[in-house]
Amino acid sequence: MQTKTSKGALFPYVIWIALFVIAPIALVGYYSLLDLQGNFSLENYKTFFSSIYLKMTLSSFWYAFLVTFFALLISYPTAYFLTKTKYKHLWLLLIIIPSWINLLLKTYAFIGIFGLFGPINAVIEMFGLPAQQILFTDISFVFVSVYIFIPFMILPIFNALDKLNPTLIDASRDLGASSLTTFRRVILPLTMDGVKSGIQVVFIPALSLFMITRLIAGNRVITLGTAIEQQFLVTQNWGMGSTIAVFLILFMVIIMLVTGQKNKGGRIR
Amino acid sequence: MKKLSLSAKIYLAIVFIVLYAPIFYLIMYSFNSGGTMNTFDSFTLEHYQAVFEDTRLLVILINTVVVALLSALVSTIIGVFGAIGIVSVKKARLRNTLLSLNNVLIVSPDVIIGASFLILFTMIGIKLGFASVLIAHIAFSVPIVVLMVLPKLLEMNTSLIDAAQDLGASKRDILTRVILPYIKPGIFAGFFLALTYSLDDFAVTFFVTGNGFSTLSVEIYSMARAGISLTVNAISGLVFLVTIIVVVGYYFVTSKTKRKVGDRA
Repeated sequence: MQTKTSKGALFPYVIWIALFVIAPIALVGYYSLLDLQGNFSLENYKTFFSSIYLKMTLSSFWYAFLVTFFALLISYPTAYFLTKTKYKHLWLLLIIIPSWINLLLKTYAFIGIFGLFGPINAVIEMFGLPAQQILFTDISFVFVSVYIFIPFMILPIFNALDKLNPTLIDASRDLGASSLTTFRRVILPLTMDGVKSGIQVVFIPALSLFMITRLIAGNRVITLGTAIEQQFLVTQNWGMGSTIAVFLILFMVIIMLVTGQKNKGGRIR
Repeated sequence: MKKLSLSAKIYLAIVFIVLYAPIFYLIMYSFNSGGTMNTFDSFTLEHYQAVFEDTRLLVILINTVVVALLSALVSTIIGVFGAIGIVSVKKARLRNTLLSLNNVLIVSPDVIIGASFLILFTMIGIKLGFASVLIAHIAFSVPIVVLMVLPKLLEMNTSLIDAAQDLGASKRDILTRVILPYIKPGIFAGFFLALTYSLDDFAVTFFVTGNGFSTLSVEIYSMARAGISLTVNAISGLVFLVTIIVVVGYYFVTSKTKRKVGDRA
């Protein structure tokens, strides 16, 4: 009897899945097969494999890699030191709060900070150097993206480090391992899951964000996300936009498979 | 345990400074009487005044809050029933399929969600505007609610339901007097997260918003594209204030419910 009531509860949810999970993906796949006139063709896929789009995909991956790499480089030590502080959960909360401030506001702040007359250039000029054009360069794009993603990278790594049994580290030390060996052979392997989920939550959005490229990088950096937005909202070529989206989904699935955890139950507990 | 070395403390301090500097930089210049974010002339509240006098901006603000509250409410209802339904599914394979489908929208990049919803709404014939934005926000908030409610349902002892049944409770009573009270903290967390997701969303809204309707994120984007305007700074000052209040409020409410649950156990 109880299961019957609950099956009824599933009804609106299943409709939701059909309408907003399955149908949109199917529609993107369908539209990717349409050319500008609305006829079926593989034209879009042919275009995607032309040199322009392949180059763009590669550069998008390269920037996403840079962003993820620097975010990880900064976040791992931060998370490690955080677990060693008193009141670590309070400090963690303070790391998380900036991630709740609207992303656009944070990006907007850098338009001022990196501006020709902004504080960074004021410091540069203090050293007697001419003001630099920092905005609309790829460095500014990577910096702002790393800034935005750091909290998301710290969180899973912190959780993994926090769960680590400290006696394991003591044992490793007692057995004569140096700090470096302890880190390489004990701490890092045991927190790899945290690192993997960190990479997952940074790399995929870094491939697809478009407002940072628009606001900070001018049109110097074009990510897959920027290209999709361009095709859908500017050029109005939904077919090509959908084709890029299909590939972005494919990349996403591959990344998830590579960085996915083996014990699937772990994440949804 | 080893104490933190000085260099580690300095490292942490630098990370914190870099994380907060841009936010305080924004807020500081919201009080600047000059029109730029470069030199601070003198203290003024005129930009805040400008925000509250700009009726267009206020309408957008109300839109944003209404969409957030409505979408959080509806997605919480769908999500709670969805979670109850998922738990009742006995076949492991079906249950896992449902869970994977649930997670699709969580891991999908915003651009994909936005673009595919745009196609969907144009096909079904929903006019882009308030309705499309609201439906999109409900759609991407549902899986979060499910994920917040599910663990509570799984840790619930099924004999509680059996006991209620044996004592003659109707299905409705079981739902409203046994299940819902037990999973209340999960429902609350789901609602809260749905609210923040909706308030924070830019990309999906940007795709499905059409011309006449705008939310705060989309408006900030178009203002920021036009260049620096200290009104945006004033908005960020207000947003920061509200965020802090919400965080503190949420912290207190959850620690209270936690204590209550602890008492009962």
